[in-house]
Amino acid sequence: MMSVSTQDTAIRTGRVTRALIYLVLLLFGLFYLLPLYVMVVNSVKPLDEITGGGMMNLPRVFTLEPWAKAWSSAQIGVDPTGLQPYFWNSIKMVVPAVAISTVLGALNGYVLTKWRFRGDTILFGLMLFACFIPFQIVLIPMARMLGLMGLAGTTWGLVLVHVVYGIGFTTLYFRNYYAVFPTELIRAAQIDGAGFFQIFWRILLPSSGPIAVVSIIWQFTNIWNDFLFGASFAGADSQPMTVALNNLVQSSTGVKEYNVHFAGAILAALPTLLVYIVAGRYFVRGLMAGSVKG
Amino acid sequence: MAHTADADFKTRLQNLLPKLVLSPSLAMVLVFVYGFIIFSVYLSFTDSRLLPSFGWVGWENYSKLWRLSHWEISLRNMGVFAALYISICTVLGLGLAIFLDQKIRAEGMIRTIYLYPMALSFIVTGTAWKWFLDPGIGLENVLQTWGWESFRFDWIKNRDYAIYTVVLAAVWQTSGFVMAMFLAGLRGIDNEILKAAQMDGASNWNLYRRIIIPQLRPAFLSAFVILSHLAIKTFDLVIALTGGGPGRATELPATFMYSYTFSRNQMGIGAASATIMLMTIAAIMIPYLYAELREKK
Repeated sequence: MMSVSTQDTAIRTGRVTRALIYLVLLLFGLFYLLPLYVMVVNSVKPLDEITGGGMMNLPRVFTLEPWAKAWSSAQIGVDPTGLQPYFWNSIKMVVPAVAISTVLGALNGYVLTKWRFRGDTILFGLMLFACFIPFQIVLIPMARMLGLMGLAGTTWGLVLVHVVYGIGFTTLYFRNYYAVFPTELIRAAQIDGAGFFQIFWRILLPSSGPIAVVSIIWQFTNIWNDFLFGASFAGADSQPMTVALNNLVQSSTGVKEYNVHFAGAILAALPTLLVYIVAGRYFVRGLMAGSVKG
Repeated sequence: MAHTADADFKTRLQNLLPKLVLSPSLAMVLVFVYGFIIFSVYLSFTDSRLLPSFGWVGWENYSKLWRLSHWEISLRNMGVFAALYISICTVLGLGLAIFLDQKIRAEGMIRTIYLYPMALSFIVTGTAWKWFLDPGIGLENVLQTWGWESFRFDWIKNRDYAIYTVVLAAVWQTSGFVMAMFLAGLRGIDNEILKAAQMDGASNWNLYRRIIIPQLRPAFLSAFVILSHLAIKTFDLVIALTGGGPGRATELPATFMYSYTFSRNQMGIGAASATIMLMTIAAIMIPYLYAELREKK
């Protein structure tokens, strides 16, 4: 549970109004929880309970069979491998991509705030706009480029793609965060003879925790959840989880095993959901620390 | 004071270092973003089909594109989708933020529940809603087994209504995030002004209408920019939820581009559609980013 103190508002409301407000908030709470409830409840019941009209019911027979099947034996594409190998493909892609884009973002943010030069705002603007382009515009040349670089269909190819289209955001976060960091401290260190990397390492990095968390959570969520790049550039042994889940759900052969689909969907959602529940509060706090305009 | 050559080199390196550190990122962005944009725009004027080819055909791909009913349907769907998605998310986000700003008990827990869909992949969202809305096993079937036998809800299978199920799932995913943006804006408003207005006998309704909501302008602007760019980029959700169907009822420009480029071997037309998508987003983003970056100087 996130616990940020409720701020004092000047607005006063009567009893009836308050009851209505609570009612509306509760109803929307149910609306947001509904799909999660549907996924969880149906992932632990036998298929016939779903097809028999019991989608909203709690399971009569509790079974973890659909989870086991989704993880290790469901038919994905041509092979009955389950989602397991694709889960590891995603991990192998996400970890380096998040690490590299965060380090580059930190260095870029440092340069763009503490070593300013003519035209740096324009360069930053160019990097920032790159975050918002519809990626359809780069799909065709990117496919060619990955082929030329010998990275077509590989995990490293996907890492490259995610780093390239992620550094705009990581740079933005670190730039905003470092912008409010006192420049006098940097100048003082310079007078004492500290170099570019020493200043970064000793002065800025130790206080970069909150914004690093923001950058890591943001990148992790975006890259884990990406589908377009995975579907366009991944090969048989680098397909990420989202593409595999879509293949599982859309497969037109055999009986539709809804319970397995729901279990698979939860497996695909679990890593980002866990990160959100465990670290969500640090995300908001870090963003707030960076959003103070300098 | 004489500088030794060595010290001179060191100072120059120190002066160059910041730019050296920035240059790999910059080079990547220039090649992979701007170089690629130029390449794709160029392809949209060529006779590329299965593979890029460089025979210049002028505006032919564009004129073909605008004559395709498939493209026209994608655009019309985008119009319906974007208008509803942006307006519903904004109204819902603002409403929930105002309600949540009334010293609500368990506010933290409610916020967590409203926001968690944002952490999910659109493929997961699409899968969950696809089966929940499926008339065979989902809501329609459930209410019928509960005894409401005449209940019908087959929007996801209905050409005229399927686009609204995409709106529903997309609103479910992002409205909590918009709520958080407005909540942050509400928390930044000075209470003293409100108290003064209350002294003068202003009602809650008037406080919101005259004082609070006008002060939320920056939040409205950010919400609009973020939602409109998300709307234009919507791809995975449609793939997972409806696959563009039934028929072409939920095709959007992003799915159009993908199928023309990669499965119909009409790369020139695909590139032309991507160029139009880029121009639309640029028309929204560039003025916004320009204003944001200027402000900070």
